[in-house]
Amino acid sequence: MRPLVSLVRLNKSFGDFRALRDVSLDVAAGEVVCIIGASGSGKTTLLRCVNQLVEPDSGAIWVDGELAGYRAAQGRLHRLSEAEIARQRRATGMVFQRFNLFPHLTALGNITEGPVQVLRQPRAEAEAEARALLARVGLAEKAESYPAQLSGGQQQRVAIARALAMKPRLMLFDEPTSALDPELVGEVLAVMRELAASGMTMIVVTHELGFAREVADRVVFMDHGVIIETGTPAEVLSAPREARTQAFISAVLA
Amino acid sequence: MAAVPHSDLPDLSDHVVVRRMHWGRWAAVAVILLLLASLARAFAVGQIEWQVVGQFITAPTILSGLLNTVVMAVAAMALGIMLGVVAAVMRMSSNPVLQGVALGYAWLFRGTPIILQLLLWFNLALIFPTIGLPGIGWVRTVDVMTPAFAALLGLAINQGAYTSEVVRAGMLSVDVGQYEAAKAIGMTRLRALRRIVFPQAMRVVIPPLGNEFIGMVKLTSLASVIQFTEILHSAQNIYYANAHVIELLIVAALWYLLVVSILTPLQMLLERRFSRGSAGGR
Repeated sequence: MRPLVSLVRLNKSFGDFRALRDVSLDVAAGEVVCIIGASGSGKTTLLRCVNQLVEPDSGAIWVDGELAGYRAAQGRLHRLSEAEIARQRRATGMVFQRFNLFPHLTALGNITEGPVQVLRQPRAEAEAEARALLARVGLAEKAESYPAQLSGGQQQRVAIARALAMKPRLMLFDEPTSALDPELVGEVLAVMRELAASGMTMIVVTHELGFAREVADRVVFMDHGVIIETGTPAEVLSAPREARTQAFISAVLA
Repeated sequence: MAAVPHSDLPDLSDHVVVRRMHWGRWAAVAVILLLLASLARAFAVGQIEWQVVGQFITAPTILSGLLNTVVMAVAAMALGIMLGVVAAVMRMSSNPVLQGVALGYAWLFRGTPIILQLLLWFNLALIFPTIGLPGIGWVRTVDVMTPAFAALLGLAINQGAYTSEVVRAGMLSVDVGQYEAAKAIGMTRLRALRRIVFPQAMRVVIPPLGNEFIGMVKLTSLASVIQFTEILHSAQNIYYANAHVIELLIVAALWYLLVVSILTPLQMLLERRFSRGSAGGR
């Protein structure tokens, strides 16, 4: 079966810093892939390439059989228009480390913004679905709250609901619990666990090795812009083959 | 009490707190009152005929001048904000041509005095006797370029050049993560600006824009040099006839003060409207 996401030989530099070096990765539909690694290892850059928040210097990104950002014709790649790229992004939900909720909109407004403004869904229908999503992340009673009135964990759960409202084929998580107080991490991981169990395809950049061990189908370890090791959680987390993976895991668990 | 660690320290719990006397403040108040009193006396015994002020404050010429001032200030500011928003969006775009146009616009209209710009627009007929578009029609410039239209163009285009920088500052004040979150739910740049960025930028933009609006109310007085009959021009027309120069200038000053006094609470209302969701207000 064709993978839902194919990243083929991605390279990306920021000035002199090489964030990605010839990185390739396939993710099958329904698979949960956790990417681990030290900061600066390129894992966030890799994730942001998938929904084109970062444009790679070279390489190809395929999402659901569609080439991201370009149209291939007669041996040439033609850059897509901004509107076409925006359309491609709809199929991919993204959850940010710092939540990035829209502070001038209520929780409900944050969730209905995309469906109403981008998908042109009728407002009443979008609100009904948004309330169902809020209930799913355990925040049914917070519909009218503004982000500033919510805790970090609640904000991140609203952010997950906002991404799900676009009915994405794929969800990207960029260190979704790194900005949270320790006691709020669990409630966000619980929502992500439920999402994984529902069959959603997920790529998760995380430092939560426990979550990766429990939920991931596959764990990818990155270092200095290269995928060092990939395998099941048991293989990569419990019996890593590479010395760099071993060093990283023992440093995190220490 | 068990909570007091050293029982040998004096117990201050029954002492009354005495407020500090601010002798300097009292002295300053006395000096200011003295100055104000002498100023009031100077105006009272000076050669000002206050009944003339009272007589002309609601004169039809003055009131129509006031109306022209207010309408021109609102219209020029509205058009100026539109131009400023467009110029700011162009300046912040990734298109170098649009960036260049926006930079050139701000350079040209911030670089020359507003009074010169007003005179240029008003005298446009000297270089372009007719204006129009091929296929649509041509008109004589003098028929179109009335004092009011020249004043509107001059004030609005000049205001747009300044407003573009205010709007740009507002756009820069919004976190990059907001642009990214908007993109991630499939918004194009313009939709993200309209729905996500501008509502948040308003909080930063309103105080300086309120400032500029107050400036605009007074800037309209410059249009008197191109015969636009705003309130200062009306006052001048009257004192050219009756020689009550100071009285009519006071009439105009009182109206300017009143208009500006009304604008300040309006600005506060707007600020409250756009602080929704911020930590300060709802």
